[in-house]
Amino acid sequence: MVSVESERPGGELLVPTPVKIVIAGGFGTGKTTMVNAVSEIPPLHTEELLTEAGVGVDDVLGLEQKETTTVALDFGRITINPEVVLYLFGTPGQNRFWFMWDELAYGAIGAVILVDTRRLDSSFPSIDFFERRGIPFIIAVNCFEGAHLYEVEEVRRALDVEKGIPLVLCDARDRESAKTVLVNLIQHTMDRLDAMA
Amino acid sequence: MAGREDWWYDEAAGPLVRPYAMVRGRTRPLRPELHLVTQVRAMPSPADPDALSVEHLEIMELCRRPLSVAEVAAYLDVPLVVVKVLLSDLIQRGDVVIRDPSRVPQVPDRNLLQAVLDGVRGI
Repeated sequence: MVSVESERPGGELLVPTPVKIVIAGGFGTGKTTMVNAVSEIPPLHTEELLTEAGVGVDDVLGLEQKETTTVALDFGRITINPEVVLYLFGTPGQNRFWFMWDELAYGAIGAVILVDTRRLDSSFPSIDFFERRGIPFIIAVNCFEGAHLYEVEEVRRALDVEKGIPLVLCDARDRESAKTVLVNLIQHTMDRLDAMA
Repeated sequence: MAGREDWWYDEAAGPLVRPYAMVRGRTRPLRPELHLVTQVRAMPSPADPDALSVEHLEIMELCRRPLSVAEVAAYLDVPLVVVKVLLSDLIQRGDVVIRDPSRVPQVPDRNLLQAVLDGVRGI
């Protein structure tokens, strides 16, 4: 577990294994709120520069005259133990940055798709994305104050997700509730792994 | 230590010029194994500190404890692509180590998932 790439004799340093979970969902569904609820540090913010084509990292630097776009990412961190660190990434607001979604999803444990029952359709692109790529995901219905509380099965029917996908109710502001959501996702990923074995 | 060729830019030059200057116009090579969450850690001291820029040294300071590429970018407040270029320099020089990419599973295995599950339950 502790082996690292080192070019100096005797220079072995512990470098942890990173894992990540993607927090997806439409605009205003509470993604950053959920990251904030469980992260051990205040959510961090970083940016990636993309050309309009969204592929040319090589072309981005120093091209003042070309069209570039900034994609913002917010993320949090949970140190699991000295050898494992978990990162929680919220998906960028604009769904057109699929390039960034692919990078976020690469090697991920899975995704939590947050749903606001007042705007169910805003979560459809996220569901499509993870379904098509075969990445494990669960649905977490963020129970906003004042929003009508629906039955889980009603929401499942409206979202048209299959029975095997866990669907849970949550309060994204609440640490225990957000923890429960993450636990559900990790268990779902393990169940899928067992089913494939 | 930022290099004499940096004299021509100032605050008014805009956000795209500064990242460009920071990496002195180089757009490659990027180490392909540098992803958002790749863990990087600095060696106790750089081999030849005079050859490093202020930004390189800031990374060395930050990475005394292991950090992800994304965290380094966030703390330095520069775009990810710039941090990847600077980290690639430091890895090349042997001043920063990353986990041997061949040992990192592309998808977490069951033992790793169990550790994460226990860890999340424990927070």
